[in-house]
Amino acid sequence: MSRGAIELRDVNLTFGTGRNAVTALQNLSLSLRPGEFLSILGPSGCGKSSLISTIAGFQPPQAGELRVDGEPVRGPGSDRGVVFQQPALFPWKTVRENVEFGLKFRGVPKGERRQAVDDILHKVGLSEFARHYPGQLSGGMQQRVGLARVLVNRPRVMLMDEPFSALDAQTRLMMQELLLEVWAEYRMTVLFVTHDVDEAVYLGSRVAVLTRRPGRLKALFDVDLPRPRGVDVLVSPEFMKLKRNCLALVREETLGALGRDFKPVQAARVYREVFLAENADAAV
Amino acid sequence: MAIEAIKSLELSPRPPGRFGLAGPTLRRWAAAGLGMGIFLALWLVFALLKGNATLLPAPAEVVRGLVALGASGVLAADIFASLRRVFGGFFLAGLLAVPLGLGLAYFRRAGAVVLPVINLLRPIPPIAWIPLAILWFGLGEGSAFYITAVAAFFPIFLTTYDGGTQVDRQHIRAAASLGAGSGIILRSIYLPAAAPAVLTGLRIGLGQAWMAVVTAELIAAQSGLGFRIQLSRLNLETAEVIACMAVIGILGASMTGLLKLLEKRLLPWHHA
Ligand SMILES: Nc1ncnc2c1ncn2[C@@H]1O[C@H](COP(=O)(O)OP(=O)(O)OP(=O)(O)O)[C@@H](O)[C@H]1O
Ligand SMILES: [Mg+2]
Repeated sequence: MSRGAIELRDVNLTFGTGRNAVTALQNLSLSLRPGEFLSILGPSGCGKSSLISTIAGFQPPQAGELRVDGEPVRGPGSDRGVVFQQPALFPWKTVRENVEFGLKFRGVPKGERRQAVDDILHKVGLSEFARHYPGQLSGGMQQRVGLARVLVNRPRVMLMDEPFSALDAQTRLMMQELLLEVWAEYRMTVLFVTHDVDEAVYLGSRVAVLTRRPGRLKALFDVDLPRPRGVDVLVSPEFMKLKRNCLALVREETLGALGRDFKPVQAARVYREVFLAENADAAV
Repeated sequence: MAIEAIKSLELSPRPPGRFGLAGPTLRRWAAAGLGMGIFLALWLVFALLKGNATLLPAPAEVVRGLVALGASGVLAADIFASLRRVFGGFFLAGLLAVPLGLGLAYFRRAGAVVLPVINLLRPIPPIAWIPLAILWFGLGEGSAFYITAVAAFFPIFLTTYDGGTQVDRQHIRAAASLGAGSGIILRSIYLPAAAPAVLTGLRIGLGQAWMAVVTAELIAAQSGLGFRIQLSRLNLETAEVIACMAVIGILGASMTGLLKLLEKRLLPWHHA
């Protein structure tokens, strides 16, 4: 069974026309295997969010092929759930109504709907907050509602755009574990955009690094770390090596995007990060 | 389990649905009472200093004037006449302005055609429409409805339009990727997102209609609180003039207060 395979071939995405045209993605080719967890890294503005918009169907590409399970993408759909950086909950709906939204408009009967929402709210630990409005929840709780709202549709694909970057370190760690638990159970394909190299390596089955704008694929790493991944994974030599490689590539592209003037300072910073990574490597 | 750990980081839930009052109610009432007391005391002092009931009657005389107007039955009739004009014009304006504002915000191209015209008409004060209104509708109710409707239309339209254009794109995208079509997005995202702006617009519009009706009645009516003020002025019954002014103030503030309450009722999430 192939569920959630994503295929991009030579995809081009341009915003605006004429002098104001900005090419966000150029000849981007990328395949996601069904059920894999692919982390995406890349310098700011390289087109990561644009990639998500395209696969989600918000922004049709000007050229190239884009297929999910062999079907060309024609627009947004509940088979591809999107989790945004800001949870984008509907503030006029309660937590329950937010989560119920997708099921309701796909004609799932009331009783079934209720059960599904209860189950998913329990899973993300928000059962007691079903009747609250999003404005009454903390940022971490809102993001969990955002997750539940997508999960309840049982999507084949989850597109996540820096979903945890606005959370404090502690909550983020917990959210990452929650996401891995859910993913282990549902086995949907996850495309996870982040700026955080640790997060990318810790979560992903593979990590893709994009070039500076226009975004193309620069490198693709397999993450051969055992699952479930405990905290000790974060300090293993394997992890450090991958992190170092990713960091170096992302920095290289960030430097290029910023221009030569910034090079000495940026290079020193890259050196320091690599040095730290190596030292941690040696310490283990 | 990650979720147990997350929950341990959080507070237990507040009871949902109720948001409590902002600050202790009693103290707010006391503060309001204090303000009113000072105002009345100052008024009394100035009235006593002046010693001329035609120029500035004391509060007690105004109350007497109010009772006299009330007892003769004209006050109730005038209030009724004014309120009918306010609500008539207000409903007309709302019926036109809300759909128009939302529609033009949704269909931006149509908006580009219509908005310039509205922006040109907007600075014209309602009172400037009175001569035309009299020519078109005569000195009757038609004129009064027209003036109040004009006054209420612009704030309702502009606030509604603004609300309509500020619907969050992420909400629309989220809904679409949850499987909602354009009809559902219009009904379930667009309208509720614009609802607070619509209610604010209606509240401002009602206030404007109320102001306009008194102006219109001063000039072009044979009944209503504005007309009564004018008549009392001609009779040098200053206490009655001020009594009518007080009624206008109290009624206007009550209507605004009621609409604010209604807003809280209808949009509990907006005040969360
Ligand atoms: N709606 C839009 N209109 C015009 N240009 C856009 C639009 N969205 C994105 N762009 C441009 O496309 C490029 C890629 O943007 P995108 O948001 O995909 O980058 P990103 O990799 O997600 O960046 P970040 O890491 O900062 O979130 C940027 O140069 C941006 O200016
Ligand atoms: Mg982005």
